[in-house]
Amino acid sequence: MASWQWFHRLGSPRWFYEKTGGWLPWLTVIALVLLVLGTVWGLAFSPEDFKQGNSYRIIYIHVPAAFLALAGYYIMAISGAVGLIWRMKLAFMVMKSAAPIGAALTFVSLVTGAIWGKPTWGTWWAWDARITSMLILFFLYLGIMALQSAFQNREAADKASAILALVGTVNIPIIYKSVDWWYTLHQPATLKLTSAPTIHSSMLYPLLTMVVAFYVFYVVVLLLYTRNEILRRESRTGWVRELVAKEGER
Amino acid sequence: MKADASNFSRAMTGAFGATLRRDLLLSARHPGDWINPLVFFLIAISLIPLGVGPESKVLAVLAPGVLWVMALLATLLSLDGLFRSDYDDGALEQCLVSPSLLYFTVLAKIVAHWLVTGLPLTLLSPVLGLMLSLPGGYGTLCLSLLIGTATMSLVGAVGAALTVSLQRGGLLLSLIVMPLYVPILIFGASAVNDAAQGVTVGVPLAILGAFLALALALAPMGASAALRVCVDSD
Repeated sequence: MASWQWFHRLGSPRWFYEKTGGWLPWLTVIALVLLVLGTVWGLAFSPEDFKQGNSYRIIYIHVPAAFLALAGYYIMAISGAVGLIWRMKLAFMVMKSAAPIGAALTFVSLVTGAIWGKPTWGTWWAWDARITSMLILFFLYLGIMALQSAFQNREAADKASAILALVGTVNIPIIYKSVDWWYTLHQPATLKLTSAPTIHSSMLYPLLTMVVAFYVFYVVVLLLYTRNEILRRESRTGWVRELVAKEGER
Repeated sequence: MKADASNFSRAMTGAFGATLRRDLLLSARHPGDWINPLVFFLIAISLIPLGVGPESKVLAVLAPGVLWVMALLATLLSLDGLFRSDYDDGALEQCLVSPSLLYFTVLAKIVAHWLVTGLPLTLLSPVLGLMLSLPGGYGTLCLSLLIGTATMSLVGAVGAALTVSLQRGGLLLSLIVMPLYVPILIFGASAVNDAAQGVTVGVPLAILGAFLALALALAPMGASAALRVCVDSD
């Protein structure tokens, strides 16, 4: 029973707000330190690529953003499912907050991919399997955000977008496999990802640092969004009023 | 026990048959519902040669993809009406409170929708293929569209259910459903492409069939859940 206690506590937005308020400064510091460390290490100290020269260094932003874009979809869908199954208010707030962050990260990975593509492939855009999958993921995020904002009724908006997120979850592996198949079918042989499958450790460690940094950064941003959403939705409750009054006195 | 079981199954098939009959009758009385997507398909296809030029070589290359994309768009346009009129006149709420399983009622509505949109689109497609000088593979075109439009009706029903209570749900419906159609489009169009080039088409057609089986099992459930959320809350 005791192991479930934290789970039931999660149902209370107030508990979540107060707990995360304590974690937030620590997480922010960790995220900043890792981001600065990874960026400086990756951009200044890791060796130049044999084929691509310095242009490959965008990998330190591109790859972590792409990781988080996909992971963010699952975080969103899982919180939507938790909300639907256990009727947990907080889960819907997390889901709603995860959508714009995920969309932004998907956009970042698409844009950095395009910038990387120009010197490497000679073109801003190619209908490569991974680019196309990312583009469709971006569309899925946009659809969820559009559906969420279309409803007047908040409960309907939450549940409807949770259902859509779950439908998308079933579809994502199918979409990825289909796009992969579609790409190999067309085989535009001129374009190929030139980075070798094995990456040297001097490049790998800064990349891993950046991946971890992005994960922590994602958590910080998600917490900030969710806390805002909590305040907005619970604005009529006593504890939020007290909180606002206290902030006002300061 | 046995009597119960047979009663149960009769109630299920009864709801399915009654809904199917009712929806088909409604479509027969409002011919615009099923003629408009066909006219859209026809006009949109006719725009392609006007845009890219009348050379049959170019058109032949484009034909499989264009036919499939336009069939997809025509299906999308017709989806908005799937639950809309029933929602407006309150019939949908009666379906929700009725004792029969919502799965079968929703499935019946989807089947009716496919019979009046997907099937006519499929039957019209060879003629339009001819107009775009599709070099071959007319049988595959029909078969792939037959399976594909059914899958699109099923998947689209989830989107239609999610947007049923919104005033201007039509465009939003297209936004949320189109990304989900990507796999169907890929395999459908590539089947027709292969057939036009004289390659065997077993694999893409089999995968389209697998999509249909998956959608048949899951989509009515998703649509039912969406209807319960969207109709109850408003």
